[in-house]
Amino acid sequence: MSFPEIVFYALGAVLLLSALRVVTARNPVHAALFLVLSFASAAGLWLLLHAEFLAITLILVYVGAVMVLFLFVIMMLDINVDRLREGFWRMLPLALPLALVLLGIMATTLAGPWFGLAVRVPSPEDAARSNTREIGQVLYTDYVYPFELAAVILLVAIVAAIALTLRARKNVRYIDPAEQVRARREGRVRLVDLRAPRGEGGGEPPASA
Amino acid sequence: MNVPIPDLAPAVAELFMLAAACAVLLADLFVRDARRWITLALTQCVLAACVVIVVVTAGSRPEFTFSMMFVDDPLADALRLCILVSVAVLLAYSRRYLADRDMFRGEFMSLTLFAVLGMMVMVSANHFITLYLGLELLSLSLYAMIALQRDSATATEAAMKYFVLGALASGMLLYGMSMVYGATGSMRLDEIATAIARGEANRIVLVFGLVFVVAGLGFKLGVVPFHMWVPDVYHGAPTAVTLLIGSAPKIAAFAFFIRILGDSMEGLWPDWQSMLAVMAVLSMLLGNLAAIAQTNLKRMLAYSSISHMGFLLLGLLAGNGMGYTVAMFYVIAYVLMNLGTFGMILLASRRGFEADALDDWRGLSRRDPWCAFLMLLLMFSMAGVPPTVGFYAKFSVLAAVVNVDLLWLAVFAVMMSLIGAFYYLRVVKLMYFDDPVDPQPLLASTPSRVLMSANGLAVLALGLAPQPLMAWCMAAIQRSL
Repeated sequence: MSFPEIVFYALGAVLLLSALRVVTARNPVHAALFLVLSFASAAGLWLLLHAEFLAITLILVYVGAVMVLFLFVIMMLDINVDRLREGFWRMLPLALPLALVLLGIMATTLAGPWFGLAVRVPSPEDAARSNTREIGQVLYTDYVYPFELAAVILLVAIVAAIALTLRARKNVRYIDPAEQVRARREGRVRLVDLRAPRGEGGGEPPASA
Repeated sequence: MNVPIPDLAPAVAELFMLAAACAVLLADLFVRDARRWITLALTQCVLAACVVIVVVTAGSRPEFTFSMMFVDDPLADALRLCILVSVAVLLAYSRRYLADRDMFRGEFMSLTLFAVLGMMVMVSANHFITLYLGLELLSLSLYAMIALQRDSATATEAAMKYFVLGALASGMLLYGMSMVYGATGSMRLDEIATAIARGEANRIVLVFGLVFVVAGLGFKLGVVPFHMWVPDVYHGAPTAVTLLIGSAPKIAAFAFFIRILGDSMEGLWPDWQSMLAVMAVLSMLLGNLAAIAQTNLKRMLAYSSISHMGFLLLGLLAGNGMGYTVAMFYVIAYVLMNLGTFGMILLASRRGFEADALDDWRGLSRRDPWCAFLMLLLMFSMAGVPPTVGFYAKFSVLAAVVNVDLLWLAVFAVMMSLIGAFYYLRVVKLMYFDDPVDPQPLLASTPSRVLMSANGLAVLALGLAPQPLMAWCMAAIQRSL
C-alpha cells in the first residue's frame, strides 16, 4: 500500500466514523463538532485529489463560517434531545431490516465484479498546474450561467429569510430621532381658552392644593 | 484576457424574467400595504410581457447558448408559455384569498416570479448543473411561500416536511447525476446521449446512477413510493400556494423527465421503463384508494394528484414521440383542471373559512348554480368522463401504452380510473343532491368568476376539440427531440 492510499483510507475512516457520530451523538454541540471533523477529513480527501482550492474553500467557508453560525444557533436554542429521539425503538424493527436489505443490495452491486470504475488517474502535470487558476478561468466564462443562477438562489434565500422572520411589531416604545428633531411647538402645545364661569365666583376650589 | 460574451438571444425570456423579478422586488418597497395591488399588477404585467417575448422569439429549431448549457427549442417555448399562463391565472384567483389572510405581500409576488424563473431554467436546461439549479430555485421559493403564513402551525409543518424531504430528494438526484457523470464523463445532456449510444460507458454504473436520478425525480413529481410529502404539503400549505405547487411545477417536472430520460438517457430506455412502470402502478393504486378515505378536499386532491402523476408516467414510459406527446398533453390538461379546482376552493373561501372540507361543498348547486356547474365539469374532467379534456388525455395515454404492447398496464389504469371516478363523483353528489349548510352564494368577484368560467369551459372545449392542442404538443416534441 502506497502512502497516498494509507492517507486515503485513514481520512475515509475518520470521515465515515465522524459522519456516523453526527447522527448518533446525544449532545447537539458534539454532533456539530463531529460535522466539523467530517468536513476537515473531506477536505483532506480533496487535497489528495489535487483539488486544493476546493479543500481550502471547504475549510474556510463551511468550517470557518457556516459551522460557527450553526454552533451559535444550537447554543441559543434549547433543543430537547429526548423528544427528538421519541419513537426510535418503536421504528427500529421496521427500519433495521429495510436498512439491512438496502445495504445488502448496495454491497452486492458495488463490491461485485461488475462495478469496476475505470478511474481516470490525474495526469502528472495536473499537480503542477494551479487548481485555483483553472477554476477561475472557467467560472466566469463557461460556467457563467450556473454561477449567476447560484447567485439568484442566494438572493431568494435572503428574500425568504427576511420575509419569514421580519415582523412589524406594534406597541414597541421605539424613538424616531427624526421625528424628535422635526417636532414644533404647534405640534405639541395646544392653547385652550379656559374661561371661568361668571357669577358663581369661580367654582369649587381644587380638592387638594 | 479575452472573455467571450455568450450569445444572449436564446435566453432573452429568462434574462427578462430575472431582471423583472428583481425590479418587482425593489418596486414593492415603495408601495404601501393598502396599495399592494400595484405590485400584483406589475407582476401580471411581467408575466404578460414574458409571454409576448416567448411568442415573438419562438424558433423552430433548437438553439444552444452559454457553452451548450442552455437550449431554446420549441418544447421549451411551449412549456414556458404554459408555465407563465398558469401562474398568471393562479395569481388572479388567489388575490382575495391572500388579502384575507394577511399574505398579500410583495414577497409572495416576487417569490412567485423567482419560482417561475426556476421553472423556466429547468425547461430550457441542457446540462445537469442548470437542471439542478433551476430545480433548487423553484423549490427554495416554494418552501418559503408555504411558510409565509407564519401563524399557522400546519403551514409551518408542511414547509418543514417539504424542505427536509426535498433536500433528501435533491441529495439522491445529485448522487445519481454524479454516477452518470462518472460513467459518461460529461454532464451535458447531448454528450451523455452520445456516450451512451457509443456504448463505451459502464452500463452498471449508469443504471446505478439512473436509479437514484429516477428516485429523485419521483420525489419531485410526488409518485409512490416517494409520495409521503404530497398529502401533508397540499393540506397544510395555504390554498394559493397549494395551487402553485400543484400546477406549474408539474410542467417543469415533466420537462425534467423528458430532458433527462427521454433526451439524454434514451439508450437506457428498457431500464427506466420498468422503473417508471412500477412507480406508475403503485401511484395509481395508492392514490386512488387513499383518496376515497379523505374528508378534506385538498387532501383528496393531493392523493388524486399522485394518481394523475402515475398516469403521466404511463405516457412517458412508452418512450417514443407519441408517448411524450400524450404525456405533454396530459400534463397541460391536468394543470388546467387543477387550476380550476383549486381556484374554486380559493373562490369559495372567506376570511377565517377555508372551504376545504368536503362537507363545505354540500348543496352548492342551490347556493351558486353556475359555480356548481363549473365544479361539476372540473370533477368530470378529473375523473375522465367524456366529453371533457380529462377523458381525452387519459384515452390518448392509454392508446400510447397499448401501442408499445403494454396491454396489462392499460387495463390496470382503466380499472384504477374507475375506482377514482367514485371520489370525484362524490363531490358532484354533495353539490347537487345534498342540502346546503349555509345558503349564501360564493363571495367571488365578477372578474374571478369570468376567469373561472373561462377555465371551466376550456376544460369542456378542449375535450370537444382536442386536436389543435395535441397537434401543438406533437410539433413541440417532434422539433425538439
